[in-house]
Amino acid sequence: MISKMESVIIIGGGHNGLACAAYLAKAGRKVTVLEAAGQVGGAAATREFATGYKASCAHLLNLLDDGISKELGLASNGLSMAKSGLNTIALATDGNHLTISADRVDGGSLSGEDQAAYKEYRRFMSKYAGIIAAMHNMVPPRITQDRGDLMALGKLALKVRMLGRDDMRELLRIAGINIYDVLKENFDNPLLKGALSLDAVLGTFSGPRSNNSVFTALHRMSGNNAGAAGAASIPAGGMGAVTDALAAAAKKAGAEIRTGSPVSKILMDGMQVSGVELTGGEQISATTVVSNADPKTTIMELLGARHVEAGFARKINNIRAKGNAAKLHLALDGLPDFTGVSPDQLGERLVIAPTVEYVELAFNHCKYGEFSANPVAEITIPSIHDTALAPDGKHVLSAIVQYAPRNLGVGWNEGKGAFMEAIFNTLSAYAPDIREKTVASELLTPEDLENEFRMGGGHWHHGELSLDQFLMLRPVPGSAQYKTPVEGLYFCGAGCHPGGGVMGSAGKNAATAVLSN
Amino acid sequence: MTKKYDAIVIGAGHNGLTNGAYLAKAGLDTLMVEKNEFIGGATVSRALYRDDWKYSNCSYVCSLLRPEVYRSLNLAKYGLQVVPYGGSVTIAQNGDYIGNYVDPDTSRREVARHSHRDADATVRYDRDIMRQCRFIRQFLLRTPPDPTSFKPRDLLEMMYMGKEALKLGEDLIYDTLRFYTMSITDFLDEYFENPLVKASHSGSGIIGSALGVMSPGTAYILLHHAMGDVDGSMGAWGFARGGMGAIADAMHACFTDHDGETVTGSGVDEIIVKNGRAVGVALENGNEYYADVVVSNMTLPRTFLECMNPNDLDPGFLKKVKNFKIRGSSGKLNIALDGVPNFTALRGNPELIRGDMHLIDSTERLERAYDDWKNGIWSQDPYIDMLIPSLTDTTMTPPGKHFMSVFVQYVPPKIKGKDWTDEQVQQFGQTVINQIEEYAPGFKELILHMEVRTPRELEDEVGLTEGNIFQGELTLDQLLFNRPIPGYAQYRAPVKGMYMCSSSTAPGGGVMAAPGANAAREILGDLNKTNTVPEGWLDD
Amino acid sequence: MRTVDFSREDHYKNAVFPSPFHSRQKQHNKLREWSRWSDYLSVPAYWCESMEYFAGRNACGVFDITPMVKHLVTGPDALPYLNRLMTRDVSKIKPGRVGYSVWCNEQGRVIDDGTIFHLTEGVYRICSQEHQIDWFMTNTLGFDVTIVEDTHDVAGLALQGPTSCAVLRDMGLDGIENLTPFGLTYFDFHGTELMVSRTGFTGDLGYELWTSPENAEMLWDRLFEAGEQRGIKAMGSDALELLRIEAGFILAGADFLPAAEAVRPTHTRSPFELGLGWLVSFDKGVFNGRQALLEEKQNGSRFHLVKLDIDGNKPANQSFVYTKNKKYAGTVTSAMWSPSAKASIALASLEAPLGKPGEEFEVEIYYQRELKWSRVMAPARVVKDVFWDPPRKRQTPPADF
Repeated sequence: MISKMESVIIIGGGHNGLACAAYLAKAGRKVTVLEAAGQVGGAAATREFATGYKASCAHLLNLLDDGISKELGLASNGLSMAKSGLNTIALATDGNHLTISADRVDGGSLSGEDQAAYKEYRRFMSKYAGIIAAMHNMVPPRITQDRGDLMALGKLALKVRMLGRDDMRELLRIAGINIYDVLKENFDNPLLKGALSLDAVLGTFSGPRSNNSVFTALHRMSGNNAGAAGAASIPAGGMGAVTDALAAAAKKAGAEIRTGSPVSKILMDGMQVSGVELTGGEQISATTVVSNADPKTTIMELLGARHVEAGFARKINNIRAKGNAAKLHLALDGLPDFTGVSPDQLGERLVIAPTVEYVELAFNHCKYGEFSANPVAEITIPSIHDTALAPDGKHVLSAIVQYAPRNLGVGWNEGKGAFMEAIFNTLSAYAPDIREKTVASELLTPEDLENEFRMGGGHWHHGELSLDQFLMLRPVPGSAQYKTPVEGLYFCGAGCHPGGGVMGSAGKNAATAVLSN
Repeated sequence: MTKKYDAIVIGAGHNGLTNGAYLAKAGLDTLMVEKNEFIGGATVSRALYRDDWKYSNCSYVCSLLRPEVYRSLNLAKYGLQVVPYGGSVTIAQNGDYIGNYVDPDTSRREVARHSHRDADATVRYDRDIMRQCRFIRQFLLRTPPDPTSFKPRDLLEMMYMGKEALKLGEDLIYDTLRFYTMSITDFLDEYFENPLVKASHSGSGIIGSALGVMSPGTAYILLHHAMGDVDGSMGAWGFARGGMGAIADAMHACFTDHDGETVTGSGVDEIIVKNGRAVGVALENGNEYYADVVVSNMTLPRTFLECMNPNDLDPGFLKKVKNFKIRGSSGKLNIALDGVPNFTALRGNPELIRGDMHLIDSTERLERAYDDWKNGIWSQDPYIDMLIPSLTDTTMTPPGKHFMSVFVQYVPPKIKGKDWTDEQVQQFGQTVINQIEEYAPGFKELILHMEVRTPRELEDEVGLTEGNIFQGELTLDQLLFNRPIPGYAQYRAPVKGMYMCSSSTAPGGGVMAAPGANAAREILGDLNKTNTVPEGWLDD
Repeated sequence: MRTVDFSREDHYKNAVFPSPFHSRQKQHNKLREWSRWSDYLSVPAYWCESMEYFAGRNACGVFDITPMVKHLVTGPDALPYLNRLMTRDVSKIKPGRVGYSVWCNEQGRVIDDGTIFHLTEGVYRICSQEHQIDWFMTNTLGFDVTIVEDTHDVAGLALQGPTSCAVLRDMGLDGIENLTPFGLTYFDFHGTELMVSRTGFTGDLGYELWTSPENAEMLWDRLFEAGEQRGIKAMGSDALELLRIEAGFILAGADFLPAAEAVRPTHTRSPFELGLGWLVSFDKGVFNGRQALLEEKQNGSRFHLVKLDIDGNKPANQSFVYTKNKKYAGTVTSAMWSPSAKASIALASLEAPLGKPGEEFEVEIYYQRELKWSRVMAPARVVKDVFWDPPRKRQTPPADF
């Protein structure tokens, strides 16, 4: 059965796919979003992981683009924040934690120098993050002698120059190096350094000492939706509320969204994309197909490498996407008791990263296909802000836990239990009653994330976020402008510029690229 | 009252000598001051065991030395001879090895022995490395521009660099951007499939660096080792006949021939600054010398933190100097041998023992060696790069006896944050010897004498701060216009009349002589003297 | 069976190895000079370059082509794989046929040229000058295909010249005369399988014979027995070089730089720039270099490889080419005095749009007479046809001489 439609098909209803759909539909295109799962949202969807308990894989909103939010009217489509501008509590086993907010850091163990240094650190990092933020909603220029490209590059260079001499020098110095060295230059407090280093390595295949980690720290700070650079929020209804709002906006603009429709194949008619085939065999034709799947899955599996030149296939195949972040969901009988953390602080962003060295040691394991013996974690208890996520008086703990390499040496079938044990051991050191409060749990390893959400490598950025895979190098040179070499086929996922995190920018930029062709 | 010189160069290492030679050639009355009794710094041949036994006890091979400097300083006339040795081998624990031979077809077949595909991929790999070499070499004898400056000179140089980059063409620009930001492991994964083949290329990505093979940024360090040449054969390495000291000796002969004076045996206590201007040096022995220009060939931290009065410097600048990354990561054993060691895996191969011999078999093993360094101890399973120069250069040792240079990665500047003890130094030596013994049974019995050098010894003897052989790490924050410190990449110190010419400055470490030459060009320009420093030779 | 085991650890003891024909080459090699061709010993000239050349044009010459790099392509996707790899439409090469082709990188620059032998339905052999397994394997992404490099498992001899068909017939290859140009066929030859293709690198009547290395000496001996009365001679690479230039065939490393080795990407050439536009088939679907070549077709090429007919008698090796107005036009890539055409001929790479047939140029030739160097600006013109193109090359069945 072939249903005829001259229009745009979007493969995957994640936040980027939905944003892309909304923009294209607003521009008058006939858009169909094909989502494999029973609900839209991909990794941002709010799912029930135990009876009565809900959580979403992406659990904090820190990068959603303000402009997109306004242009698509997400607020009027039902998006509201349960809590905005979360502080970070850097947990200490002895309860002597630090409270880190956008403009200050407090805590018993902290010196005045470090407090002042933190203000300065935030000043220059926010400024540099602003440069990355300014790139979010642009189709990356190519580096050619073409006037348009040179203008775009010139504009970027000008932004850097506008930093002023000293800040420009500092940016050019630190942009390519690691957070460990930068933190060491600026701070003494081990806990502060540990917590700040975690921001640089969450979701990446890198430790604090890996070069590029200043860049990833800046990337994380490049969001602008909650006032301060990188500030995190918890949406009411979980992260799924964001994608639900995006879906509503897309539908309002006229897009059709079909869930439970997994695409198995991108169809070609000669050199041109002609549509897609669903797992069930249904074919839907379209002259434009935009893929929210990761680039490797899109080209190597859905399209087939034979439809592109070998050089391009090799580049796609070489994209590094080794996921390292596991997602933990705990259904809790009641609020856990984190040593030294007051009940009103429990709703903040809690991190386990006691020192930079601890984080680095945790990273060491994943280089060799092992999980961290002592993992690091970013923890939230979203049910504090949004009671709908758990039964009355019960709670949900949601944590990103690292490092959990996609290709665990012993395999995740065998390793998952042991990793869960390591996580509980670590959590118990900070919240001794965590085991007894837990009534149900779910641990999603990168392998699970790959299977569940079809993210190649289980990597939330769909491809390692690093300088060699950024801007015009993302996902690979030759398709960084969202258009693939195949006529009618586009990328719109996190594998493209500007990368992962619930942001919507890749989807918007892809729509721009589709419309300009 | 001592006489006043036109210029004083502190430190008779190869960059100081190069710098001094160009200044002297331009007619400046130049004084070289050197703390050791011998000249050369880390470019040195020393008789540490017996008089008829020379050790290249710091740097040990020559490739990066700019041919333009070699020629313009007439080093051949002053006795320097650089002989290529060709070939290298990487020996695996399982008793196999992979050799790199002078003959390209033999080399190809050797790689094919491990992976047919990798043998062919080597062509692509060599081509891509060579493309990067060609691009970077043209900048080695140029002063980096200041990207924040609006001076015509800086703008023009930025434009020149931009133009040269655009000339590469779009695809190659992307390759270049990726190359500079990738880890050597990721880079090699894009070419090769066989772990031993990868391992054989990976060592160059981390030698002398405080990074592991999986750290982004290490692909560039490989380039830093590959961009040299011997007689136009890019990437080739050679021995200076008579040891590395022959290079310093020839440079010094040139310097002396142009009426340069040298004072050895006492280090600089302080660089004398008067009214914001460097005017001379006070030596530890109490002697003072005065000049219009003071050039420091000491490392950046040694120059500004140890040999200057902090009151003469801006605190902001001092903070940046303190933050300069110069962590040592290498150690060295210099060994007198009673004969040629027998590496079981080589089965008597007479060719490969004459080149670099590496003991490693996977990037993972090399990365684990780095984990030890991060943890503040020397690698328990270290990466070893050995050479027996006396097999090629018969002037090094008595007939039948040999000098072996054993370079070791990783060795931290301090052990768990504490200074090395003598006992630890000896333990480190044993770790290395035991490692070699495993590959060459009977090796220990051949040892007649052994000098063990950790970063502590390197710093104490030749002034390499923290024992970093490049006098500053080769990471993006300390390359090009960022080296040594943003805003100070043009060889001028923040004090008037004072310059820097050590490997801490661009384009960085290795026996290259480019920093010394570039600094001389800047000094002569400031003094309105005729430039004696040659321009780089471009190929095309 | 290979005659040499290249996988031995001690292979390094020799930089180059005897070919399966070595013992026989040695008997003929009066000059006792050997050159290298990839892994093998090759003979530049057995007794006289000029005499060997004329054997190829007047009788027949035997040349050892074993060192050519050979790949076997099999599997259900062999054809689509080759069609994505090659610029030409490989589906037009039917079983039992051979086709010449080039393959490009994604910039549309020629990596190498070679011949595709469609051995039996779906089984192909690619012969090339350069080692290609890295690129060929890269190309397997997304295809169900198997690639094996079998260079050392196949011994090959080229038999080229007007009497070659008669020699093969006399050797017992019944029906060889029915083999059309670019055809291939199999014979039971003294109990061994012998593949014969009507192909070659001389632009004349000629065949290539393929067998396994252990049968190599037997093949050589039978060939020379059969050819004794028909002027058969062993031929070296120097003579072959003359024959191929006359035939207008290009050579990797001489007339173009293989893109996989190019440190300077601008020094490479596209098929159009080599005059091989006829090998580019845009209507067959995606293939490597397609996008770039389409753009080049629209925007124009940078170079033209042309055949030059040069006045006078001086060979124009390594010469510069100028326009009549003395402007730089390009350089000669291969040149010779053609004993058959009785002309100084050359292949030259000229800057586009220069190089149309009939266009006149001047070639700056340096030549030496008794150690004295002189220079001449020789008028030259671009010619369309190859310098040596005898009808017997195409004739089936061929005449006996």
